[in-house]
This record gives sequence, structure tokens and C-alpha cells, in this order.
Amino acid sequence: MSARAALVALLASLATTAVAQDVAVRGGTVYPVSAPPIADGVVLVEDGRITAVGPAARVRIPDGVRVLEAAVVTPGLIDAHSVVGLAGYLNQPHDQDQIERSAAIQPELRAIDAYNPREPLVAWLRSFGITTVHTGHAPGEVVSGQTMIAKTAGDTVEDAVIEPFAMLAATLGEGAVVGGNAGGRKSPGNRSKAAAMLRAELVAAREYLDKRGDGDDGAAGRNLGLEALARVLRREVPLLVTAHRHQDIATALRIAQEFDIRVVLDGGAEAYLVLDRIRAAGVPVIVHPSMTRAFGERENLSFTTPAKLLDAGIPFAFQSGFESYVPKTRVVLFEAAITLQHGLTFEQALAHMTLEAAKLLGIEARVGSLEPGKDGDLALFDGDPFEYTTHAVGTVIEGVPVSDVVR
Amino acid sequence: MAAFATLLLPAMCPAAVTAFTGARILPVAGAPIDDGVLLVEDGRIRAVGARGAVRIPRGAETVDLSGRVILPGLVDTHSHIGGVAGGDASDPIQPSARVLDAIDVLDPGLARARAGGITTANLMPGSGHLMSGQTLYIKLRDGSTVADLAWRDEHGGFVGGMKMANGTNSRGEPPFPGTRAKSAALVRQRFVDALEYGQKARNADGDEKPARDLGKEALLEVLDGRRTVHFHTHRHDDILTALRLREEFGFRLVLQHVSEAHRVADEIAAAGVPVSLILVDAPGGKLETKDLDFRSPEILERAGVDVAFHTDDYITDSRLFLRMGALAVRAGMSREKALEGLTLAGARMLDVAERVGSLERGKDADFIVLSGDPFSVYTRVLQTWVEGRKVFDLDDPEDRKVADGAYGALAPGAHFAGYGEGHL
Repeated sequence: MSARAALVALLASLATTAVAQDVAVRGGTVYPVSAPPIADGVVLVEDGRITAVGPAARVRIPDGVRVLEAAVVTPGLIDAHSVVGLAGYLNQPHDQDQIERSAAIQPELRAIDAYNPREPLVAWLRSFGITTVHTGHAPGEVVSGQTMIAKTAGDTVEDAVIEPFAMLAATLGEGAVVGGNAGGRKSPGNRSKAAAMLRAELVAAREYLDKRGDGDDGAAGRNLGLEALARVLRREVPLLVTAHRHQDIATALRIAQEFDIRVVLDGGAEAYLVLDRIRAAGVPVIVHPSMTRAFGERENLSFTTPAKLLDAGIPFAFQSGFESYVPKTRVVLFEAAITLQHGLTFEQALAHMTLEAAKLLGIEARVGSLEPGKDGDLALFDGDPFEYTTHAVGTVIEGVPVSDVVR
Repeated sequence: MAAFATLLLPAMCPAAVTAFTGARILPVAGAPIDDGVLLVEDGRIRAVGARGAVRIPRGAETVDLSGRVILPGLVDTHSHIGGVAGGDASDPIQPSARVLDAIDVLDPGLARARAGGITTANLMPGSGHLMSGQTLYIKLRDGSTVADLAWRDEHGGFVGGMKMANGTNSRGEPPFPGTRAKSAALVRQRFVDALEYGQKARNADGDEKPARDLGKEALLEVLDGRRTVHFHTHRHDDILTALRLREEFGFRLVLQHVSEAHRVADEIAAAGVPVSLILVDAPGGKLETKDLDFRSPEILERAGVDVAFHTDDYITDSRLFLRMGALAVRAGMSREKALEGLTLAGARMLDVAERVGSLERGKDADFIVLSGDPFSVYTRVLQTWVEGRKVFDLDDPEDRKVADGAYGALAPGAHFAGYGEGHL
């Protein structure tokens, strides 16, 4: 092909993917998650949304619609907590935007102002069938900033984002205590101080909210940080509290009760010690990656925690988590897979990285299952998605094939 | 723990013969055997074969493992369990520092390794030095001192290699090198010095003999081929630098990590140097690993390179070591070579293949019992046996806590965290 012909073909293909959001995906087994598996099933996506799901014999594929095929088709996978797009894969100062060390509490930091949709790790996750990621500021400060929810496609954050302010990220325990890179800051120097600082800020936000009421009334003295916290106090946005030790989990629940706020527990290495209290508080858990390293605050982590959360009736989801070193991101598919040896069934593991994750994140109206009306987000595999030797063979986001790498 | 659970088993009695029957046996050194018999006597494999082809002596204890899979004990060519430590910040080249003098054999990392089916491991100091010290090969037998676990040579001496590194981890403020060229120059000078020392020591008599230098003695062991260099290296050019140093000084070499092995597979093959790989869940985390490629195992296999795997524990968890071979298969490596990479290939790289790495008559009875296919995510390691003694049993509640993780089961597990994640 000549260079010119190649260019024309490239432009044509770009134009096609930009507008055509119609695709049919046929699977040897289709797992809608919201319904029983379908043998030889078809998912029809038109204009980016699912319009039909059913056995191939009963779903008519309109003429001209591209058909993708795979042995196994699932909803696009959801990574319920990550730092991709902010923590770059090079791990050099210039691509690390997941944590700002200048102060312990910075709720005004927006994830959308840092997210890099072209970061190679976003493409890496996308190639394993992950279509939605809850990402943003990392654990490591009392309040490190905001999180967002994005699709793993799109060239700009505006294209990718589906929820610009999903949660406010907080940390309790040793993870919040200032370390060597805190620029001489003294606080918080221990876990009590971290809790005291968080409570003081919530008190300040309560007063700010009481004084100013909802919204921006044009009066002087706006405080962007307190405004973000006020959204937590108004229960519009949950506080995402990373806590691993049982006593720090208890502190998170105590603060949730004191301020009547929604809390989502993140990590929870010792959650299995306080299951009753977590359930009673109605707090969901984004459980630490199965393979996160078992030392420090996480030394007591267990591969069986997801099964115990399930038995206790506590909503939970899987995450890729945060890594400061190699590997810079984990893959939620691999993390969920480990639970198959530790108490979860195939269906349970799949649900908790699709529909249950969507519910936990409050986006189940759009994603998480294969149902008419939902976004056309699908993951294609050549076998059992969890098997180490199976390959992810395709990813579709809103009707557009966005990955055909065999991974 | 596991030791107490096995007290009543006949395997404890050294003279007894035990027949493990009914399992699918993957000997690695030969074709898979369905409904096999593994005969163990006095810690060694007396016979392995199909039922009917192996005579089970009268009075032998029989262990029915129908439906299970037996594999040789796994060999981890690069691990940091045991709270290992090598050289300090005083010098980038410290051949006299021995991990032998730092290892805590009660570290829960060793229990995790047994739970993952690892029976032989190369315990290495970190990669924050050009040469961080002497490594130690261990058996994961039950024991309370490092002497109990260490591999020994025919004279009772401790057996291990030498850890080297290039690239970025071993760079720093002086006396550490600031560039790649300086890194190579520093180690070349030390090897040259050691050669001159050796010559003097051989030629001189009495008072003219140079004072003993433990570091140079260790370097001479490297130069004599008695101590293999395990060379941490990632980038394609750094890999070639390691090969160049080997070419100049003639030491025996295992390339470790080798994230860009796929780019210089032919050069590695031409040098006849084996490779120990690690696969982690994503590229990056540092500049040198940004081009990590899951296809490296397959590319090296096709090039004819001997390929093993390692956990680099804490980088990956020893309990999930089998997964590494499975990920290699996922990216195109043959199942046979992937299994070999977890067992016999690693044994060759540690010069212990005469005793371990495959299930063959006369070798140590180091084996693991699996619930199913070694490369399936649904499979669990059920038992780990070292020299005919069971050192891990998933049915033992204490062992299960280690395998699954439980409150207090793995603490204190923070030894290595204190050493610094950045230097593995």
C-alpha cells in the first residue's frame, strides 16, 4: 500500500470508529451477569447502547453491522479503584500526579485536572477488557483529593469521564502518617492525629455549609476545599477511606456516624476482623488487590476476605489498587481470579468486577451488565476469562472496538 | 507447624518406603504419567513410573493421591525471603558480604514459599549495588538455623552465587557510579585486581604472600567458575554489557529479570547464557521495565535459550509462583518449557540439577501435590514435600493460614520492607 493509500485508509477507519457505534458481538457463551449465561448468544449494540441480548437464533443482526466473535463475552470489566491516568507507568516525577505532598488535606484537588487518557497503562487495562475505571488521587494523605470515573477510551478527559467527582479520597492509619517525603511537615504524626485532622476539617466544612448554604451565592471567601467536603456532608459524594488495620476501619465507621456521611471502605486488609460492624454501618468495601504485598499495614491480608465479605452480605468490589513500584498497576481481572481458589465461584467473581462494582460506584444504570439500554461495553475472551492461559481478545466501549490485541 | 503435623507419618522414619499412587505425575524429565507411582525411600526417589511398571515393596506405606497432580518441587532462582541483606552503603562492590550471615529462617516468607510449592530457592541480596554480595541456595526443609537449610558442597561448604546488577538501581552518589560506563569500569577494575591478587597468592612464598582479602577470594571463586554470577539486568544494552563482562572475565552467568530479553534473544542464545525471567502484571514502575514483554519466554524458547522463572519475592508472592509459568504459556511459551522453567531449568542454573528439578530415580524426594492442572487458576498446592518429609499441608490449619493469609499468620513479614522496595 502506498503511503497515500495508507493514509486514506487510516482516515477512513478513524472516521468509521468515530461515528459508527453499531456492533454485534456473538459469543459461544455470553454472560449478561444480570441474567443467566446464554449459549451461542448475541449482544447487539446500536448507537453505542445495547439494544438486544439473547440467543443468536433470536437476535436479528441488521445488515451491514460489524460482527465480532469470541468464545466468551462478558460486560466490560470495572476496576473499582485505581490510580491509572494519574500515576504514570514510567514512575518518574513528571508522570506521578496521584499524590500531592504539600499538605495533608487537599479536597479541592480534582482528578479531572490530572487524568491522562493517553497513559499507556490505561491502554494496558483496556486490552484486558477493562472498560470503566474509578481512578484519582491515591491513598497516602489524610485527604489526598478527588476521584473520578472514566471509560478507558477517549483522547481527552472530557471524552473519557463519566463522573468527574466520584468520591473524596481519605486515608487513616499508618498510611496517612507523614513520611520522609512530606517536606518537613510534622502532622499527622500518628493515627490519632490523622483522625483529629479529618474531623476538624469536617467540622469546618459543616460550619462553612451552615453559613453559606448550598452552592455559590457569589459572596466573597469561597473555599474550594471546604466546598468539596460539603458535598460529602450533603451525602452527594462518599468519603473513600483507605484503612487496613481493624482499628482504623473502626475509626472510619466512627467518623461516618459522627458526621452522618457516606463512607466507602478501601483496602480493608483486616476487614474480616470487623465484619459485623462494617455490615451494621452499611459501608461497602473496595477490597485490596488479592496480590498486593503483605507487609506493614497489610501484613494480615487474606485471599479469603472477598468470600467473607460476601458471606456477611457486605457489598464489595475488586480493584487494581495503588503500587509505588513494579508493577505500576495491577489488573483487576487477575486480582479477582485469585479468589476462585479462596471461596468465590466463577459467577460471584465475575459479578464483583462488573455489576456489583457498578452498583458500588453508583453507575449501574449505565454499565456493569449486558442489558438493553446500557452502554455497549463488552469484553471478549477465548475461554474462561479468569484462567491464566486464556486470552483477552477484544474490548468494545460504547459500540466501538477499542482493542483487538490478543493479551 | 507442618513439622508437628507430620510427626506421626511414616515419611519421618528414614528407612521406610512410601509409595504415592494414583496421581498424574509430571516428572519434567520425561513424559507425563497418568496413574503413576512415586516411590520414596530415605528422602530420595527410588522409582517413578506408571502403576504396574513400578514394583511397590511389601510393607511400603501407600498414600493414595488419585485425582491429584504431582510435580517436582519448584525452584525459585531469585528470592528475597528470609530478611536477606547484603552490602551496605559504603561501597558499590562488596563480594565479601554473605546473605548467609543475615538470613532469618523463621521469616514467614519461607512459610509462604513452602505454601507455594517452592522447595529450592536462591536467596539474594538486593540490586542496589553493582555487586551486593554472595547469595545462598537453600532447601525449604523445616529447620531452625540457616545451616539446616543451606545447600552444601561435598566438603560441607555453603553453596551460592554472586549477585551483580547494572542499569539504574545500582547507581547513586559516590562511591556509587553515576553512569553505565562507570558501573562497568568499576567492576572490571575489581575483577582485574582480584586476578592480580590471585596470581600473587599463587606465586609468592611465605611472607611475600598478600594478606588475605575475603572480597578478592570471593571474586576469585567467581572467576574460577565456582560461584555463578546472578546478574540483575533489564535494558537491552545492559544485558549486552553483562554478556561483555562475562566474555572478558569468563565467569558463569545467569541473567536475572531481563525485561528486554526479547530484544537481544539471539545474542543471549549465541552466548549460551541462561535466563531467569520475571513477569509482573504490567510494564513500567520504573524506566527500565517499561518495555517488559510477556512474549519474552516464548521468544527466548524459540531462540534456544534455557529459561527459568523467579518470584523476586516481595515483588511477586511465593505462594503464586506457578502463576508465572502460566502467564508465560498465555504469551506463547510451550507448557513443557514453562514447567521446566519452574523446576529443572532453575535447578540447572543453580548447579543443583543432579539432585532436584525433576522426578527421577536417585534424586531428592522434593515434590508437590496439586489439586489439578499446574497452570489453572482453580488449582491449589495441597502439599509440599522436601526430601521425603512433608513441609506444607493445606489440610493443616496452621499451614492453611499461611496459604490463605490470616491474622498474625505472616507477621512479622516486614523484614524486607525495611530494606527498601526500590532495590529489588
